Amino acid sequence: MSDEELGKAGAPILHIPTTLGAVVIAYNLPSVKEPLKLTPDAIAGIYLGDIKTWNDAKIAESNPGVTLPADPISVAFRADGSGTTGVFTNYLSAISPTWKEKVGAGKSVAFPAGSGAKGNEGVSGVIKTTPGALGYVELAYAKQNGIAFAQVKNANGDFVTPSTESVTAAAAGSLASMPADYRTSIVNAPGAGAYPISSFTYLLLYQNVDDAAKGKAIAQYVWWALHDGQKLCAPLDYAPLPAELVTKLEATLRTLTAAGQPALPKA
Amino acid sequence: MKRPSAHDTEVAIRPARRPLFGDVNLGDRLAQSGGALIAGIVVVILAALVLQMIQASTPAFSKFGLGFLFSSKWDPVKDDYGALPFLYGTVVSSIGALIIAVPVAFGVAIFLSELAPSWLRGPVGFTIELLAAIPSVVYGLWGIFVLKPFMAEYVGPVLKSTLGWLPLFQGPYDGLGMLTGALILSIMILPTIASISRDVLRAAPPTLREGALALGATRWEAIRYAVLPNVRSGLVGAVLLGLGRALGETMAITMVIGNKVDISASLFEKSSTMASQIANQYSEASDMQLAALTEIALVLFAVTLLFNVGARILVWRTGRMPGGGRSA
Repeated sequence: MSDEELGKAGAPILHIPTTLGAVVIAYNLPSVKEPLKLTPDAIAGIYLGDIKTWNDAKIAESNPGVTLPADPISVAFRADGSGTTGVFTNYLSAISPTWKEKVGAGKSVAFPAGSGAKGNEGVSGVIKTTPGALGYVELAYAKQNGIAFAQVKNANGDFVTPSTESVTAAAAGSLASMPADYRTSIVNAPGAGAYPISSFTYLLLYQNVDDAAKGKAIAQYVWWALHDGQKLCAPLDYAPLPAELVTKLEATLRTLTAAGQPALPKA
Repeated sequence: MKRPSAHDTEVAIRPARRPLFGDVNLGDRLAQSGGALIAGIVVVILAALVLQMIQASTPAFSKFGLGFLFSSKWDPVKDDYGALPFLYGTVVSSIGALIIAVPVAFGVAIFLSELAPSWLRGPVGFTIELLAAIPSVVYGLWGIFVLKPFMAEYVGPVLKSTLGWLPLFQGPYDGLGMLTGALILSIMILPTIASISRDVLRAAPPTLREGALALGATRWEAIRYAVLPNVRSGLVGAVLLGLGRALGETMAITMVIGNKVDISASLFEKSSTMASQIANQYSEASDMQLAALTEIALVLFAVTLLFNVGARILVWRTGRMPGGGRSA
């Protein structure tokens, strides 16, 4: 939530990161067997409409030895408003000043190139049925549907395959600069092996819940989610939170109150 | 002696229909007031709908004014909105659909009502009507998985090599875009136009056909000069019902038109319609974007209304034209 939205809420609200997701650059290139490697420049260029064909120098230079077709790139984006678009345009704004100035970041933006489809399934539908297509979808969706996706060059200069491990690494790399209320973007995070198009998923909790039983139950559930619940993330292709962050969050959860009393027992 | 006219008959009946209050059959009164109530609800719902849309779109209207209709911007980040690309997409895709569907639908209708052997009429007519019963989303999926690859692989290259010099067929074509959108719409409105036209043709008095044939007209001449002029207004009505469906169609066209906010002469280019834009963005929109989407809904409503009123006038005028409404 933005500061403005928090101000309008009427009661203090906490942002609790619960798990991590990532946005992957999926593509359909039947002739290319190796995983494609993409630089931030190439991704921004493709979405700005400057890079129009697969054998463009900006793509070729990071894929030595790969024969790229001279076909046009069919760019796909989300036509509906979505968090996936939010994370992706946030990333593009972080790595490309041109994108930031011309398009910007948001749940839905004015894409300068490509075709729009509704939902992750719509975008992956376009990718699957169009040789030469490229689009962005959620990591979990791409993995579960067996769509090929690219390695992306991160802030450290390594090409990183999106995976639950590399996404957790991105969160770990951002811890040093994490604000106390956890409201932050972790795109283009520093750190070895950090996948650059990653994001937290948050639970929004009222600091105080008037009903004592409800307040306690909520606090205990979130406590469970941040501990035992983390083991359930990876099998679903969402990344668990770094251990260091969970320790920080424990202290935050202990500030939750139910009917004015602490909702969790003292440590 | 004066021949009794329809008017006289009515006058004669009137006292019998409206007796003193207490004598009225209770069932009649219930049916009348119930009917009036239901009819009234339709009007109230429509009015409430329009009022609500006007109210919800006021922020957008006061910010952009009439310029909303002429701006081709749709930028949720900068909160700058216009309806022109969607207006263009809706009108062009619907007219394109009509251009493809009307000749086929009329052909089917004429075949079924005039030419087909009677054992064939039932099954073919039934198949056509079945097309109308297929849910929109199924058309959309078929569009993505069957029509799109077919268009990209066969139709696109052929059009490009033969008519590629036209501004209509410029740029790369991957199977999504205005052309595919218009094509899928045409398939969807085909059954509507075909089955209504067939009914209209069937309703033409058989004496017309028989008379023309008796005068030595060929079968085609009988259709062309005796039947068609008499049912013109009915056929126009059928086309306009089809157009109505095309204008408002959402799901299928959203899935194949490419959803790009753009105005381009090329039918290969991706586009958006008013309905597709609303379907795409309504669920996650807030504030000004929501107001702008509601204003698009209002514009769509106005366009539909405009076409419907136009249709009424056209039907009414063709009905009055000499030779247009002799016995229809």
